[in-house]
Amino acid sequence: MKEKETVEIRWHGRGGQGTKTACLLLADAAFSSGCYVQGFPEYGPERMGAPITAYNRISRVRNTVHSNIYEPDFVAVVDESLLRSVDVTAGLKEDGAVIVNSAKTPEELRPLLNGYKGKVCSVNASRISRETLGGNFPNTPMLAAVVWVSRVVDPEKFIEDMEASLKHKFATKPHVIEDNLKALDVSMKEVQVG
Amino acid sequence: MNRRDRLSGNEAVAFAMKQINPDVMAAFPITPSTEIPQYFASYVANGEVDTEFVTVESEHSSMSACIGAEAAGARAITATSSAGLALMYEVLYVAASSRLPITLACVNRALSGPININNDHSDSMGARDSGWIQIYSETNQEAYDNFLQAMPIGEDPSVRLPVMVCQDGFITSHAVENIELLDDASVRALVGEYRPENYLLNPETPLAVGPYDISAYYMEHKKQQAEAMKNAKARILKVASEFEKLTGRKYGLFEAYRMEDAELALLLIGSSAGTAKAAVDRLRAAGVRAGLVKLRVFRPFPGEELAETLKNVRALGIMDKSEGFSSCGGPLFAEARGALYNLEKRPLAVNYVYGLGGRDVRVEDFVNIFGELSSIAASGKPGEVYRHIGQRD
Repeated sequence: MKEKETVEIRWHGRGGQGTKTACLLLADAAFSSGCYVQGFPEYGPERMGAPITAYNRISRVRNTVHSNIYEPDFVAVVDESLLRSVDVTAGLKEDGAVIVNSAKTPEELRPLLNGYKGKVCSVNASRISRETLGGNFPNTPMLAAVVWVSRVVDPEKFIEDMEASLKHKFATKPHVIEDNLKALDVSMKEVQVG
Repeated sequence: MNRRDRLSGNEAVAFAMKQINPDVMAAFPITPSTEIPQYFASYVANGEVDTEFVTVESEHSSMSACIGAEAAGARAITATSSAGLALMYEVLYVAASSRLPITLACVNRALSGPININNDHSDSMGARDSGWIQIYSETNQEAYDNFLQAMPIGEDPSVRLPVMVCQDGFITSHAVENIELLDDASVRALVGEYRPENYLLNPETPLAVGPYDISAYYMEHKKQQAEAMKNAKARILKVASEFEKLTGRKYGLFEAYRMEDAELALLLIGSSAGTAKAAVDRLRAAGVRAGLVKLRVFRPFPGEELAETLKNVRALGIMDKSEGFSSCGGPLFAEARGALYNLEKRPLAVNYVYGLGGRDVRVEDFVNIFGELSSIAASGKPGEVYRHIGQRD
């Protein structure tokens, strides 16, 4: 990241999928690597399943802007069904990327993205979470895919930080630590960039 | 040792409260301030503070409980937003006129109706004449720093007034950002102990608090209250100077940003000032002499100081994040334009009402406003002075 640059990320998900948590975890990870961070959700009438948006600003110099993000560098879509109702790539920079939780390939996704010309990435975060965490918790693998694609933090350093933070939070449940690390690892290996 | 961390504005204020370890907290939950009593209740449950936490059935009761506690000689705090603050209005006046330096964390949210949970300043602006000191914050850091400075300001014998520390709902209250936290010992040294001269639990000097005041005395008491508010200015600056020695972070009655030779300027309050700073930087890079003043202290209102800072500006945009329905401008506009009236040479001033009910305001919005100010400066005519931005027509 350049000295004056701010990387802006917009998250689209549905209430209950942990999108806000993923956004805050990314802020944590960037903070741990010495960045200035913002992580904030956009609040409306909250309920399970309703579309929600969350945002990250990550920079080397403090960014004082307190508005939502309209021209993001990266967009993460935690729930594929949103592609039908939300223009997820609105304002997304062409040299950026959209990362979708989907079983589809990037080629199959591109026609669903309103003519977006930049990188389209897919990762089957729902399947990965079912296999590694035993349930549909797509936010953990999505977080790893966003780190992998955006390089907003160094992926290795990110894994180290996550391990430390999980060890702290789940000291009495070692399997939770292992499962989550596995989810992150599989996601970074599987994410397809197209 | 100071600690670098990342916290939301609500987490930051709750952490300040923990470090202060007040005698009493009375609170009723309301979005977006709910997390503050929620986090604080966990500090109480974990034995990290020895505060008496009073759960009440309404905000009228939480403020009443704070009044009782503070009058008894305890240090009392609360947190609220929007309709919660509105429900306190009657007793806010009792706290201020009884000269009880209670501290209130206000997480600004629009008042109903229509019902809305998002940010604007209509709640605290509605309480502007209640006799409370009002300090506003741009960031989570400022919300934390301002809360730590509230008690040394309000409890000082020259002031003895309650203090409301405001931050923008969701925009800072629920946004995680970097923050530098003081160590507990520094906070304790800064905040000290609350030692009122007179209090109900002192058997040596029995007294009544809040009795009927007849016409023969009422006006004298109001004049004393007004004098205390005037005294608060000097005290706010003194505490800011001590705080700067401790942290290196500089506070005043307001922040003048790139105002040295500014011809076009904005005056505004709260988190949007950060967004406006980015617009000022962009315009400065393009050679425009733009600047802004972010008001930190709305009560006491720093009229003379603002006039001094703004006197050489040619066109001034005064921005209100609340609608006063006066039909001629919001509350900040009324007071700030009034403060400029007796200057021999004064800026042309227009009002922008913005950001109501959480309507987002962007860097581009501020750039556009500076464009309008530039036309006003060039033509020498303010045009319509009461303007709204960001809404569909």
